Amino acid sequence: MISLRRSKVMKLLLTSNYAAAYGAKLARVEIVAAYPITPQTQVVEKLAEFIEGEELKATMIRVESEHSAMAACIGAAAAGARPFTATSSQGLLYMYEMIWWAAGARLPIVMGVVTRAIAPPWSIWSDHADILSIRDSGWIIIFSESAQEVLDNIIQAYRIAEHKEVLLPVAVGWDAFTSSHTAEPVSLPEQELVDSFLPPRTPEPFVLDVNEPISHGNLTYPDEYMEFRFLINEGLERARKVIREVGKEYGKLTGREYGLIEEYKCGDADVILVTLGSMAGDVKDAVDILRKEGYHAGLVKLRCLRPFPREALLNALREARAVGIVERSFSMGRGGIIATEINSLLRESGVNDVVTVSYIAGLGGREIGVNDFINIFKSLFKKMERGSGFEVVWYGLRG
Amino acid sequence: MGMKGILRVVPKEEYLLPGNPSCPGCPASLGLRYLLKALGGKAILVIPASCTSIIVGPYPFSSLRVPVLNIAFAAAASTAAGISEALKVKGKEGIQVVVWAGDGGTADIGLQALSGAAERNSDILYVCYDNEAYMNTGIQRSSLTPYGAWTTTTPKGKVEEKKNLPMIVAEHKVPYVATASVGYPIDLILKVRKAIKYRGFKYIHLHAPCPYGWRFPANKTVEVAKLAVKTGIWVLYEIENGKFRLTSLSSSLIDPSKRLPVNKYLKLQGRFKHLSEEDISRIQERVNTMWDELMRLVKES
Repeated sequence: MISLRRSKVMKLLLTSNYAAAYGAKLARVEIVAAYPITPQTQVVEKLAEFIEGEELKATMIRVESEHSAMAACIGAAAAGARPFTATSSQGLLYMYEMIWWAAGARLPIVMGVVTRAIAPPWSIWSDHADILSIRDSGWIIIFSESAQEVLDNIIQAYRIAEHKEVLLPVAVGWDAFTSSHTAEPVSLPEQELVDSFLPPRTPEPFVLDVNEPISHGNLTYPDEYMEFRFLINEGLERARKVIREVGKEYGKLTGREYGLIEEYKCGDADVILVTLGSMAGDVKDAVDILRKEGYHAGLVKLRCLRPFPREALLNALREARAVGIVERSFSMGRGGIIATEINSLLRESGVNDVVTVSYIAGLGGREIGVNDFINIFKSLFKKMERGSGFEVVWYGLRG
Repeated sequence: MGMKGILRVVPKEEYLLPGNPSCPGCPASLGLRYLLKALGGKAILVIPASCTSIIVGPYPFSSLRVPVLNIAFAAAASTAAGISEALKVKGKEGIQVVVWAGDGGTADIGLQALSGAAERNSDILYVCYDNEAYMNTGIQRSSLTPYGAWTTTTPKGKVEEKKNLPMIVAEHKVPYVATASVGYPIDLILKVRKAIKYRGFKYIHLHAPCPYGWRFPANKTVEVAKLAVKTGIWVLYEIENGKFRLTSLSSSLIDPSKRLPVNKYLKLQGRFKHLSEEDISRIQERVNTMWDELMRLVKES
């Protein structure tokens, strides 16, 4: 294995979309099947450049829809290749049927999701309703804060997806425009280093082979269907450990270690905000400002949405007196999707002396920044005196 | 073709196993049997939702001696394209990726993916077995159900015409398009063999009379299939690199007097039993017009 010291690191100024394309290239993807949608397009454009410029030995299938994009990835993965696709919003919903098919068929596909609002009314801006719609499908869902994380996550995603204990597709998310179109310095690991971390996919026994014909996805009677679903969940549960191991190993090679969540100044925090994606950077700034004013504030950034990081979240949050969950998603008729999950996690684990507040914020790209997070923190420091309870707040709603 | 000729063309090897769950007289199992014989087992089959989803057998069994990927209704052509490109990337040559789909999965819900794969000239063989309705869900009309036919969703008979799908596919300028019939297995086998010599998108539209859905006795599948061709309602042809050619019996039916009246075909089927004399004349008229158009193609080629 190549050590970090000997390996040369190249830095490039990249948007998250370009970082995704570089990540897929470094992962030596073999099939790219995608359909254009704002704000995902540059991912595919860059990959087309790589392929036609012979920098990446892969085939691009320029499909006529997202449904076909995922179908082509399913075919390619079933035949033993390493496929990649990327989409967003309406595109993800249009491929929804095949999303479930990919997970049910246990195929190691990696997909970038540039998270964007769902119409109507038309909105092309940041929102997490799209990626959360695949929450229950069996996909592993990993979220990224920066262009660097997008690149790193895509490379790791193949190790996770192709792991024999997992064999499930992985979605890597990042925010529309705030991340997708904003350039940041990104460290590019050398190809040799990535090759040592991510060898070519070894075909599993179920790969389509004329010499050993087997049939995939046949009709399954009630006597056996439940077991198939149970086994998907088992794979997802095992993935939790695999994601951490892969994140550690990647850290050894690159200096950037990844876990299921990232904790920032949570140790002595009375109030913790949980968030994901590009919002996390501003929350860190808010924490630093508030700490100077004497507030014990902390941040938990969710990296892994599925499998749900139960133990990691519980460890990080159990001592807090108030937990605010800021998310760009909402379950109509219920509350923040991630907030209700975290609230149940705390209650089912016997943590009752905590106030949890679900903040619905930034939907459809509504601006939310450091000052907003300071306001939210300050309001949580007041709410924590209640001792317990759950509340949903639509933050910044115009009357 | 005599018996000796048939034995020379049709391999003895069976790839569709007996005891599979198809209905008595099922045209899909006939077509699948001939198709796989022609392919000689060097094929990967992609099967969207259809009667064949049942015929392949329930987990953990398979009635086919080739690898099968079952897939969602609208996804067959794009899935097959993914497999085909993956095999090329992996350097696996000489394996034909074949879609085997019904008329609903091809002409209706699967048309977008089919058109996409055809336009990209994906290296696959797409076979549509056309039993002219959604049979697996219980005889609902499709865009390939012919005018006048009873189905459970057209209880008074369909009022629209059958979509001319093979010609729509041909307009994608793919290397090979053909029609075929389960009543003419040698013609089908020769067409499959010809098709797979081409790299790129190949399409075979297989007429498949269904006893259950068309309301005729299970022992009459081949007879009904043959009558469709003899009356000229179904035409056997191929379009090779844009060149149109009538094949098998159809090539001898240019003279209208050689064609049987359509009623010989219609009257065998319960789905047409409500048709009036006017309806029958209309169908005959449409067939005559269609042949006039075909004559133009024959002359052009």
